[in-house]
Amino acid sequence: MPTRIQKEASKESLLLNMGPSHPAMHGTIRIMLELDGERILNSEVEVGYLHRGFEKICENRTYFNLLPYTDRMNYVSPLINNLGYVMTLEKMLGIEAPERAQYIRVIMSELSRISDHLTCLAAMAMECGAFTVFLYNVKAREFIWDVIEETTGARMTTSYIRIGGVRADLHPDYKTVLKKAIVETRKVLKDIHGLLDKNKIYLNRTRDIAVVSKEMAISYGWTGPCLRSTGVYYDVRKASPYAAYDQLDFEVPLGERGDNFDRYMVRMKEMEQSLRIIEQAMEKMPRPSPPKLMVDALEPAEAIKASRTKKVDKEIKLSPNLEGSERGKYLDILGTDKKYVVPPKEDTYTSIEGIINHFKFFMRDHGIRPPKGEVYFSVEGGNGELGYYIVSDGTDRPYRLHLRAPCFHIVSALEEMIQGRYIADVIPTFGSTNMIGGELDR
Amino acid sequence: MNGNFITTRFNYILGWARKYSLFHYPYITACCGMEYMSTAASHFDWDRFGTGWTRFSPRQSDMLVVCGTISHKLAPVLRTVYDQMTEPKWVMAFGTCTVSGGIYDNYAVVQGIDRIIPVDIYIPGCPPRPETVLDGLIKLQEKIQKEEQKWRWKKRK
Repeated sequence: MPTRIQKEASKESLLLNMGPSHPAMHGTIRIMLELDGERILNSEVEVGYLHRGFEKICENRTYFNLLPYTDRMNYVSPLINNLGYVMTLEKMLGIEAPERAQYIRVIMSELSRISDHLTCLAAMAMECGAFTVFLYNVKAREFIWDVIEETTGARMTTSYIRIGGVRADLHPDYKTVLKKAIVETRKVLKDIHGLLDKNKIYLNRTRDIAVVSKEMAISYGWTGPCLRSTGVYYDVRKASPYAAYDQLDFEVPLGERGDNFDRYMVRMKEMEQSLRIIEQAMEKMPRPSPPKLMVDALEPAEAIKASRTKKVDKEIKLSPNLEGSERGKYLDILGTDKKYVVPPKEDTYTSIEGIINHFKFFMRDHGIRPPKGEVYFSVEGGNGELGYYIVSDGTDRPYRLHLRAPCFHIVSALEEMIQGRYIADVIPTFGSTNMIGGELDR
Repeated sequence: MNGNFITTRFNYILGWARKYSLFHYPYITACCGMEYMSTAASHFDWDRFGTGWTRFSPRQSDMLVVCGTISHKLAPVLRTVYDQMTEPKWVMAFGTCTVSGGIYDNYAVVQGIDRIIPVDIYIPGCPPRPETVLDGLIKLQEKIQKEEQKWRWKKRK
């Protein structure tokens, strides 16, 4: 079937197909170009190559079980996606996470934001030929992922942020690793500034290329760093603060011209602000309650045996794999409402009520059942306003779940951005939009 | 020296040469691409194992690294890329989505790329850690070494 551009193209012009298997198109997007020489007369962007049916899948998963799917939306900053979903549900259920958990959430989202921006700039610079920038950025990202891994147990797909709080407390030694990551990231940012800011080749490919005005950006529904590069002051963290952002001091960097270089610069500045936020959150975070001394604690198997005759009062030793599921930790990092939070493992192992609570939580039609109604909540994702819209019909799974993906709106402006430019300008322009397939096509 | 001796030695040397010069074509679509980047960049550096340089043309590459979910819309593209590669060629299925469809058991996703193209090594994980990928790469190299090598003027049985 001929596409729109095939029908409309004039006979003199050349039609060229870019992608989906093109190194700069990230494997998931196709651009048909109508060319006059190297000049782009018209273009057509085709999306949908990574459609994985996220929204449909969510209708068949319980509210608790669909959390891992949100990891894989914007897979460069999975923790922000978790946070967006979880906070939407918390708004629906009317619960709030403990203060320490709020700070942990802030630290984790800012780490994710840094890794998101680093990856975007790495890809953008690599596609322009600056391979060193790619290597440096990935190096910094490794240090950040070390911090994430130490606490959450996974590098990328973490499912760490849970309804009512977070899954486990920060690693006891996290400050050392986090400080190292901050130092290393600062070094890398300095290097990148040195490599790219005054680089003639880079400037020629980014300065005054694909200029987007404020009006155009707003009319397309842009948010995030791309919108701020045009000079519009809008950041969800400032406009409607969530988690602990209202208690932290940070600036929102703005661009002036809205070209590729501004989009690069805004991201660089934002990473510096994110590092500032992390440092503040580290200091301001409430201390965890002191760990309980375990005197003659029982193994779970012994506890079950003992519970057959009478109620067990002794402490129970939990396997290190169950970190974060101890009752003592719940007040710090998770809520205590049995309806929304997985029951502590001490209860599950020793009493029949505990085990019933546990099964009721996971059993079909018995888990988290929000009231009927609909809710929208958004957080500031790596690309912009990441919103979840959930319609509940009172059962344990959503009637409809919609993700407002920021990069869908940004990519929809791509045709207008590259019109009248050269083919070579497509590459940095596309790179600067930070298209993420999982989020775009869902 | 009879002919058989030389044939086996040549087979061995060819396998040795091929396993340490795997030019690869990264077919990156989704999340696994991030771990691919980590594996390929300086921290884990799979250049140490001779998987030298990324070729963004299927005609210049020996190994197709399929990272990430392949949807039905993308399947014909992947098949075309595979067909364009010249012999000898190997395919690495990187991540659970390419191995079996993974958590995406639905209308949109191909349930394992071995429904479209032959696969030489499966690396599970969602996404696999770089260490897992390196382990898979070493296993693929062992496989290449043990394989019956083909070359242009080889006698066909």
